[in-house]
Amino acid sequence: MTGRPATSLAAIRRWSARINVADLLMWIVGGAILIFIVAGSIATLRLGIYSFRQWVDFIVFGLAQGGVYALIALGYTMVYGTLRMINFAHGEVFMSGAYTAYFLAFTLAQNGWIERYPVISLAMIFAVSMGTSALVAVLVERIAYRPLRNAPRLVALITAIGASFFLQYAFRGLYGSGFKAYPRMSFLEGSWSLGDFRILHLQVVVIVAAALMMAVLYLFIQKTKTGKAIRAVSEDKAAAALMGISVDRMIVITFVIGGLAAGFAGVLFALMFKQVHFFMGFIPGIKAFTAAVLGGIGNIPGAMIGGAFLGIFESLGPILFLDGFGIKAPYQLKDAIAFAMLVLVLIFRPTGVLGERLVQKKA
Amino acid sequence: MALLEVRNLHVSYGQIAALHGVELEVNEREIVTLIGANGAGKTTTLNAISGLLRPDRGLVMLEGIDLSTLPPHQIVSRGVVQVPEGRHVFARLTVLENLEMGGFTVRGKAEIPRRIEQVFELFPRLRERRGQLAGTLSGGEQQMLAMGRGLMAGPKVLLLDEPSMGLAPVLVDTIFDTVRRLHSQGTTILLVEQNARMALQVADRGYVLQTGRVVLSGTAAELQAHDAVREAYLGVG
Ligand SMILES: Nc1ncnc2c1ncn2[C@@H]1O[C@H](COP(=O)(O)OP(=O)(O)OP(=O)(O)O)[C@@H](O)[C@H]1O
Ligand SMILES: [Mg+2]
Repeated sequence: MTGRPATSLAAIRRWSARINVADLLMWIVGGAILIFIVAGSIATLRLGIYSFRQWVDFIVFGLAQGGVYALIALGYTMVYGTLRMINFAHGEVFMSGAYTAYFLAFTLAQNGWIERYPVISLAMIFAVSMGTSALVAVLVERIAYRPLRNAPRLVALITAIGASFFLQYAFRGLYGSGFKAYPRMSFLEGSWSLGDFRILHLQVVVIVAAALMMAVLYLFIQKTKTGKAIRAVSEDKAAAALMGISVDRMIVITFVIGGLAAGFAGVLFALMFKQVHFFMGFIPGIKAFTAAVLGGIGNIPGAMIGGAFLGIFESLGPILFLDGFGIKAPYQLKDAIAFAMLVLVLIFRPTGVLGERLVQKKA
Repeated sequence: MALLEVRNLHVSYGQIAALHGVELEVNEREIVTLIGANGAGKTTTLNAISGLLRPDRGLVMLEGIDLSTLPPHQIVSRGVVQVPEGRHVFARLTVLENLEMGGFTVRGKAEIPRRIEQVFELFPRLRERRGQLAGTLSGGEQQMLAMGRGLMAGPKVLLLDEPSMGLAPVLVDTIFDTVRRLHSQGTTILLVEQNARMALQVADRGYVLQTGRVVLSGTAAELQAHDAVREAYLGVG
């Protein structure tokens, strides 16, 4: 468009026409929250209750937790990319793997394998968890989503929520409703100390494993023929079909990848928190969804960064923002803070931090 | 037997019928053009051939074998490849990645670079831009990429839907030159065009489609000389 240079008056008028009261209110709320966070942080830091070492501990723990979120978030974001739907059953996909692998872990602990062959045992536990999660993800796609692929979005959403409940109660029926304690793995206990710092083996293992897994999946999607075909399908299904790509097959592979990552995350989660339960997928599922939205849903690196960020934010945030105001046990509020962040992102930046508008196709 | 035969093709969108028994055939090494006004059903015909639309009735036969019940990706592996209207390049994939996707059905790793090289010879512009995201190409470059991507599959029949749409006259010439060149290399082409003048210049034969029916067919020379065609599609009369 070519236009005359606008007069400054017209520019102001145009600018004022674009803001409305609702927007203004939102920005006031946003600003207030920001001031609150900054003031709280300064107050906390000035109180000096926590040592530098403790802050580092919070960050490392947050990063480990964030790695788990990031792996789950990958499944949300990839399915959104190909089907433009939120797979609300993905938290249960995560649970199904960790819960099923518990039985193997328990058996291996009983007969002493975990002590004698820790690496092989852990590899088997990962394999069972990842396999189960991938299988459940594929079944959900096949049975619940594929028949409704051309149905209105609301129908798909309700189906996803239904599938989520179905899986929770199916696994409750199958495995029981109690908490099951994951066996201890002594080779993951203990810590390294570097001068003043002490880092738990387990957290390092979780962070490194999550990072490696994400790197592998990212390279798969970027570099392999199948990965490129998945990206083609998420851009334009009809055009992808005209390339000879089976769209259904790529959608199934998307669910498989999301399932593998969730199953992997499930074991890491069980190692960190030492227990499994039929409802264990719910909160991490929503957290990971938050991470995916934060990074820009549909964006794969975004999900990874969003997950890491959310983990650290959640581990650090409550203490940093709230302790200074004298709020007792702020860590209890970590879930509230995480979900407040989801709402804020949805309000202020629904495309997420790395969210891009679709590349405009030139005619 | 013709290479591609469309027999009594009926296609509808929901309750609304778009094609009422289209018949056409394309012989090996021919360029056949399908011309007609907006909404005549040209794209619908190509999409039904490609399997993106399920015909209500009728056959689409390649070398005598019916394709009309196959899913689109299998139709591509049989050798019927469409370059869709409006290009539909993968905007967030690079030029090279788009071409690789065009060769998705090709077996043998060494074959892909060889074909990419052929496409680059046909469209040198794409070579310069091979690392660029397709969404950042100009319209003309996107059309070249869309055609190159279609050629990657090594089609027995190439279906081109309005390749000159929205392009500057120089680029229209480039595209039609390419069509000629492909023809001389032995590629079989079914060309859908609104630019009937250019289309009839490159084609061997043509069909005129009107509200979902073939109303006229003949050699390109016959159609160019036909009064109704001259009046309605060539702006002469
Ligand atoms: N997705 C659709 N849903 C409903 N009707 C459609 C759809 N696509 C096409 N039609 C209708 O089918 C008829 C044929 O359309 P088609 O796109 O095949 O025409 P065309 O000859 O390719 O036109 P153009 O030259 O404008 O591309 C038109 O009446 C059109 O309105
Ligand atoms: Mg058309």
